[in-house]
Amino acid sequence: MSVRRLAEDTVQPAAFAFSKENAAWAEATINKYPKGREQSAVIPLLMRAQEQDGWVTRAAIESIADMLGMAYIRALEVATFYTQFQLKPVGSRAHVQVCGTTPCMLRGAEDLIKVCKKKIAADPFTLNESGTLSWEEVECQGACVNAPMVMIFKDSYEDLTPERLEEIIDGFDAGKGAEVEPGPQIDRIYSAPAGGLTTLQLVEAPQKTKAPARASKAKDEQAVSVPPSNAAKPKTDADVTNPALKTPATARKAAAKNAKIEGETADKSKPAKKPR
Amino acid sequence: MLRDEDRIFTNIYGLKDKSLKGAMARGHWDGTKELLEKGRDWIINEVKASGLRGRGGAGFPTGLKWSFMPKESDGRPHYLVVNADESEPGTCKDRDIMRHDPHTLIEGCVIASFAMAAHTAYIYVRGEFIREREALQAAIDECYEYGLLGKNNKLGYDIDVFVHHGAGAYICGEETALLESLEGKKGQPRLKPPFPANMGLYGCPTTVNNVESIAVTPTILRRGAGWYSSFGRPNNHGTKLYSVSGHVNRPCTVEDAMSIPFHELIDKHCGGIRGGWDNLLAVIPGGSSVPCVPGAQMKDAIMDYDGLRELGSGLGTAAVIVMDKSTDIIKAIWRLSAFYKHESCGQCTPCREGTGWMMRVMERMVQGRAQKREIDMLFDVTKQVEGHTICALGDAAAWPIQGLIKHFRPEMEQRIDEYTRNATPHGAVLEAAE
Repeated sequence: MSVRRLAEDTVQPAAFAFSKENAAWAEATINKYPKGREQSAVIPLLMRAQEQDGWVTRAAIESIADMLGMAYIRALEVATFYTQFQLKPVGSRAHVQVCGTTPCMLRGAEDLIKVCKKKIAADPFTLNESGTLSWEEVECQGACVNAPMVMIFKDSYEDLTPERLEEIIDGFDAGKGAEVEPGPQIDRIYSAPAGGLTTLQLVEAPQKTKAPARASKAKDEQAVSVPPSNAAKPKTDADVTNPALKTPATARKAAAKNAKIEGETADKSKPAKKPR
Repeated sequence: MLRDEDRIFTNIYGLKDKSLKGAMARGHWDGTKELLEKGRDWIINEVKASGLRGRGGAGFPTGLKWSFMPKESDGRPHYLVVNADESEPGTCKDRDIMRHDPHTLIEGCVIASFAMAAHTAYIYVRGEFIREREALQAAIDECYEYGLLGKNNKLGYDIDVFVHHGAGAYICGEETALLESLEGKKGQPRLKPPFPANMGLYGCPTTVNNVESIAVTPTILRRGAGWYSSFGRPNNHGTKLYSVSGHVNRPCTVEDAMSIPFHELIDKHCGGIRGGWDNLLAVIPGGSSVPCVPGAQMKDAIMDYDGLRELGSGLGTAAVIVMDKSTDIIKAIWRLSAFYKHESCGQCTPCREGTGWMMRVMERMVQGRAQKREIDMLFDVTKQVEGHTICALGDAAAWPIQGLIKHFRPEMEQRIDEYTRNATPHGAVLEAAE
């Protein structure tokens, strides 16, 4: 558990209102839940408010509570419980969330945190001098096979090196965040192994493009061959159908060994068959 | 090794067409209506016969879980809730299903909802998966447009699928905490009983399933329980998405058969351990909540529920975290303790206080600033947290530390010795030794 409090009153704006577009979206979201259960929409609505304003203000929490017919304390509870809600203003151009949990740590997340400390601010949740950047260490972001990674607003940047992170932060600070390609920052297709696929090679792996769908469209039409299944095999208790049974067909070596056995019953007129 | 024809998630890397048309070309949504026409009992029996066990970590048989739902509605609606709050450190399989193969999940929702007489399904996606949520929503919109979802659809069964999301709370992966969160409250687990199958979402019968469990069912039904149960050892049937992270040469998410030997998984798909097999220190085979296993025991381990239980660990979500000999294992486990401290919901005292306490002691263990008898005390405290909380987060916080003490006690003692030796005569050591 972490202690989370609302921002000082001095930075809290007086009022909050959803933009026209967001208000329509909010109404549609509330309708996803049964009548009388409007409260369910509180997390999506708070999240949309955060997207709109950059952080969750007291005014936003209260106005959303009013929209959903909740007591203020119930909405405040939710806003302070869930750590993805930023209760204080964060960097306007980038809020860098570095994953620091063990899988990322093993692959060098600590160096990424050093970069953030150097380039942004010594402490998390602190704005840099120009107020454009901030950072925090977050818990597992669910991209462990692409570790280490950071998340900036909606996109994740994976397979990072400290140098690459510096470039990305510089890019965002210059207001060119949209130009940084999200996803793996090395030559790799999403979560597939770097250096080539080990499975699902039915189609030639196309070069990593922005629209892989188009590139492989024609090949999707290929018929998928259906492998044999055991589904149609008869269900029986007869000993001879026991799949664990060893037969010359399944255990060639053992069968060959048997064939070599010499004795009174061995047919010595024929040479023992060599194991294949 | 599993052949490509037998893989369920044929677009897990997103290289093929993600649209509904593309998914249909790959065989999804094929004959869904006919599957539904075979009836609830047939579906549940088939899933039971396939041996599918829940893929979210606990490994509870999925078909059995479905059969717990009331057969006849008592007037309350039934709900299916899909747990896509994938936050277990090391786990990133559901992410790929949602962003690249969403139609497997949506079709699974339809079939599972039908089997449980639910007309509404909620998919609870973790808050951080924003792009994944968008991809999933786009796929759902496509299905509505095509008439596969909604009222009076082509399948002849009214079903609505909604995407809901959280906001960064690991605990919401626990099924009752997830329901609380879906109701718009803090995600604090509920006491069981009553179980969700009787009193779940909004007080109505509810089943909560992992994304992977739901997404594999359409293919199981189409190809038959016999096909699915032909993979893996008895009691551990099927295929599984493994996500291998940490010190392997090429970390990746890959679908393969259950019961695959560990060394085969690593060598075939991940390019081997960094620095070779002799460099393997330890493995956490099933996501952060299971105890670690020393490398020497792990090489020939069978990756399934029973095989790893024999090693004193578990398959969990099949999120393999590999650590080579460059790892400070005490620090790696301390970081997990910090994770659990951060994610404890604060409801039960043993967990709320215990996770913080364990993290602080582990912090000193990392430096070696401790007494050797404190290792026993730490072990004792983990035993007091374990099993004394409403949900399993307390257990999950205790197990990694127990695994560390069980297998790496000499390292911990060595660290303490080193700290004592390096301390200056006037200061640090006196303070540390009390």
